[in-house]
Amino acid sequence: MLAAAMKPAPFQYHAPRTVEEAVALLAEYASDDGRVLAGGQSLVPTMAFRLARPSHLIDINGVAGLDRLDAQDGRLFVGATVRHAAFEQPAVEGPLGVLLSEVAQHVAHHPIRTRGTFCGSIAHADPASEWCAVAACLDAEMMAISTRGVRLISAPDYFKGLMTTALEDDELLAEVRLPMLKPDVRFGFSEFSRRSGDFAIAMAVVVYRLQDDGVIAESRIAVGGAEASPRRIVEAEYALKGRQPSPDAFMLAAEIAAKKVDPLDDENISAGYRRDLVLALTRRALEQARDRAMP
Amino acid sequence: MTESRATKWIGMPVERLEDPPLVTGRGRFAGDINFPRQLHMRMVRSNHAHGRIVSIDASEARAIPGVVAVWTAHDIADIGPIDFREGSIEKLAPYRQPVLATEKVRYVGDPVAAVFAEDPYIAEDAAELVAVEIEPLPPLLDARAEPGEFSPGKNTEAAYLTQGYGDVESVFATAHTIVELDLTSGRHSGVPLETRGALGRYDASRDVLELHGASKVPHRNKELIARMLGRPPSSVSCFESHVGGGFGIRGEIYPEDILVCVAAMRLDRPVKWIEDRREHLIAANHSRNQHHKVRAACTEQGEILALDDVIHHDNGAYVRTHATRVAMMTCGVLPGPYRVPGAYRAVCHFRLTNKTPAATYRAPGRFETTFVRERLVDAIAHKLSLDPMDVRRINAVRVDEMPFKRPLEALGEEIHFDSGDYHKLLDKLLDFVKWDELNAELAKRRENGEMVGAGLAMFVEKAGLGPVDGVRIQVDTSGYVEVITGGSSIGQGFETVMAQVAAETLGADYKKMRVIRGNTERIEHGIGAHASRATVMTASATREAALKVREKALSVAAELLQAPADALDIVDGEVVRRDNPGGPSISLGKIAAALSNTSKSLGERDPGLSADGFFHAEHQVYPYGNHLAVVKVDPATGGVAVERYIVAYDIGRAINPMLVKGQIAGGFAQGLGGALYEEFTYNANGDPLAVTFADYLLPTVKEICDIEILLTEDHPSPLNPLGIKGAGESGVNGVGGAIASAIDNAIGIPGAITQLPVTPQRLKAILDGKR
Ligand SMILES: Cc1cc2nc3c(=O)[nH]c(=O)nc-3n(C[C@H](O)[C@H](O)[C@H](O)COP(=O)(O)OP(=O)(O)OC[C@H]3O[C@@H](n4cnc5c(N)ncnc54)[C@H](O)[C@@H]3O)c2cc1C
Repeated sequence: MLAAAMKPAPFQYHAPRTVEEAVALLAEYASDDGRVLAGGQSLVPTMAFRLARPSHLIDINGVAGLDRLDAQDGRLFVGATVRHAAFEQPAVEGPLGVLLSEVAQHVAHHPIRTRGTFCGSIAHADPASEWCAVAACLDAEMMAISTRGVRLISAPDYFKGLMTTALEDDELLAEVRLPMLKPDVRFGFSEFSRRSGDFAIAMAVVVYRLQDDGVIAESRIAVGGAEASPRRIVEAEYALKGRQPSPDAFMLAAEIAAKKVDPLDDENISAGYRRDLVLALTRRALEQARDRAMP
Repeated sequence: MTESRATKWIGMPVERLEDPPLVTGRGRFAGDINFPRQLHMRMVRSNHAHGRIVSIDASEARAIPGVVAVWTAHDIADIGPIDFREGSIEKLAPYRQPVLATEKVRYVGDPVAAVFAEDPYIAEDAAELVAVEIEPLPPLLDARAEPGEFSPGKNTEAAYLTQGYGDVESVFATAHTIVELDLTSGRHSGVPLETRGALGRYDASRDVLELHGASKVPHRNKELIARMLGRPPSSVSCFESHVGGGFGIRGEIYPEDILVCVAAMRLDRPVKWIEDRREHLIAANHSRNQHHKVRAACTEQGEILALDDVIHHDNGAYVRTHATRVAMMTCGVLPGPYRVPGAYRAVCHFRLTNKTPAATYRAPGRFETTFVRERLVDAIAHKLSLDPMDVRRINAVRVDEMPFKRPLEALGEEIHFDSGDYHKLLDKLLDFVKWDELNAELAKRRENGEMVGAGLAMFVEKAGLGPVDGVRIQVDTSGYVEVITGGSSIGQGFETVMAQVAAETLGADYKKMRVIRGNTERIEHGIGAHASRATVMTASATREAALKVREKALSVAAELLQAPADALDIVDGEVVRRDNPGGPSISLGKIAAALSNTSKSLGERDPGLSADGFFHAEHQVYPYGNHLAVVKVDPATGGVAVERYIVAYDIGRAINPMLVKGQIAGGFAQGLGGALYEEFTYNANGDPLAVTFADYLLPTVKEICDIEILLTEDHPSPLNPLGIKGAGESGVNGVGGAIASAIDNAIGIPGAITQLPVTPQRLKAILDGKR
């Protein structure tokens, strides 16, 4: 064993160059507590505290072809080594690029954003990850690769609970695909965290369109942070259908969202408080979408 | 006589002398110090808040290659518990912390074993293999709960402290109005960027035990280590390197300091220990956790006649080096700037719980009591429908009552306010912010649905703890000047300030002063940097020494220049004639050469252009100030944003106003942490919940608004020649009080805030009436 001296518990380091090598290493070491190392912004701190102690690290930063960030066929493809910072300026035309750039400001702090990856967040699946909430809201698709093959997993099937996903231990999350948004799609994002850059206590991501007659159509309301996994609250979306973007309609949808969530309850933050935040943040996100200047 | 042409350094915002190495990455912090053959120490700590140690098995750890020793209490049975700084205190002795836990563990983080290894990582790997079996006992987590058993025959109320005067009951019995509050200050503490670090080294060639990485009070620590290890004090040396923040918590003697010293001797190799962040958050001193049940007896006009406070002080698991200092100070300083003429009583239940031990943190006892006292003043104003500023005015000690004595004590001295005009400073601050306009504007915003408000806290600080400091100044033959102090620098700008005072007194460039601190081998006496004392005490001693050196220089120059000494002046390090500054001159370096032990011109004089100076403090000094906050509350989330923050402070005399403002700004940031963000919380098992910077929320630059500082020098202290009062703790003192008051004002619920920190969740509950 390589007994390099360091703060974390001992582990062996692997630096594959290709996706094939990476998944082969995963196949070999997954059962022996092998893990992917992406930006390291979640994994490395927990290793330094020895809370995580993988015996093998498979560093994907040098793997060719995982840095893809482009739009095709109405979807945005985000490869596994694309950093959070790549979204600070709109990465793609239309509302999706702007949405991602606004949300990016809330993901940690700039230096962390230059290392941490979009896919790393999706793989890590912290309940308060902004990207996970966006993925849930837009029904993103996750592409997982292993020596056993390639599969696409849709958001509702992917998020399984607190830091738990449908990814198997030997699977590499190679890319995430987000649907592009039509130019007239409005969006809003609102979160509450104790300090700027902290993981949020709760957040809401909403998108909808206004029809020619001014009523709401195709709304999506997702809540993150409050529950073990982010998800769309379809009952709240339904409440907006065909309604004017009025304070009453927003309040109703927000109340439904707050009622429908089953919030986390922990030693620092109570379920009741999280529920209060869901109400406030859903409403704010809806208002933000309404007030957004459209091209 | 003509005015001196010498450069004035005192009062100038000159650049810090200590910055060049720090900003070019050449500083030397504890982690940068290494000795050949050093071992590395790693602590094994308790994971239980309370329990009996059943067994400790280190055999697996010892078997790891590179592990040199693993110690438990058994291996150092001859070393007593960590003693008090001020010497033995019989009644508290049973509550001291053993260097390694003996029979019981009493908090998560309590050291139970120490591993010594060839490198820090081997030590850390091995420490994980030390199997500690603990039989859990129920933890005691609330100082208000019934005390439990600490040890047979000793309960967890380690002390019951009181201070007071007058007949409290009779004043309350006849008072027009009584106001009573129940208030809590949360557990928070100083969190320096540099964690603790200690290196022990035994120099057998000199038979000297050295502790490197010491700080704050190196001379006191030398005495304490000598006492605990039974060595002659002259055979123990402490060395302070750069220190990345102190705040009262760094630089005390902790178990780890003793362990590196003992191990250095017994293992016959230098031993290095660097704390990691998790350890720091559970092992270094916490502070501030107090509950106050306080009542005031007042007249109809809001004059406070009597105060009565019952305090439950949560000191955590043990009584550390400070003994009961914070609690005792709390009892003494609660009245702050207010007269309280009738009667006063503070009683404090000083209790131990199964949490990290607590002690001093910047403005100990004052952050807490300013919160309590100013909450009380607001409550009195509300109950009597008075303007809270008027209540402050009617109660504050007036300038014509100075010096003002009260039969209460702080740090063992009776409290004597030396000087000050509290009303004038309050007026200046209210003028500065245009108080009426500000309130009108806030009222208008409130009408428009915003939750905004302003609040103020008034306070008296205390500074310049004596009794005496000494400084030795010696000029070398190049004209550079060593200013050898028994002081300490925890990053506050100590060197610069001492240099300014020495340079101005001598008549030389402050950049030619080489200020020595934190080295017990260079000077016999010293106390260090705590209690806002360094500038008052050490700078006053510096001036004394510099005056003597100046006199010696002038007497030698008088001979060499053939002129009477009183016709001479020292300008930029050159002795010149006052009436002919461009004429013949002689440099301080040349005078030093003329005074060297081999110099022909030495004559009968003692060699060296050098002198010792001492400053004896008659008493501590009492600077004062006000904090004013403007906040905005988000009713939907309970979040608080501080829009404006102003500190008005009378410093007496600012040696370097830039550094004073820096002290105030830094203190404000820490106070804001305690008011809104930082809290060491525990679950019902006594597990600490704030063990990383993701859960212990230090405010960042994004949370801290710009601070406005109104620094005045209206009342120099009559107790020292330069009129200095301290600066170190003024920025933090009033933050909890001012923020609480502003939040009440913003949400329109008088007296709403009874607990610090005001977390969004707590505030939301208040707003929803769910408290
Ligand atoms: C101070 C601080 C504040 C932060 N604040 C926020 C915040 O506000 N919001 C937020 O969302 N995040 C926040 N983060 C986390 C940050 O965004 C991380 O970058 C992110 O969670 C993980 O991405 P990473 O690339 O760093 O993954 P890593 O840390 O490298 O990995 C995280 C986990 O995911 C697995 N993994 C990573 N990539 C893949 C992959 N392609 N396939 C399979 N498994 C994979 C790893 O094995 C590991 O278990 C913060 C981090 C810090 C240090």
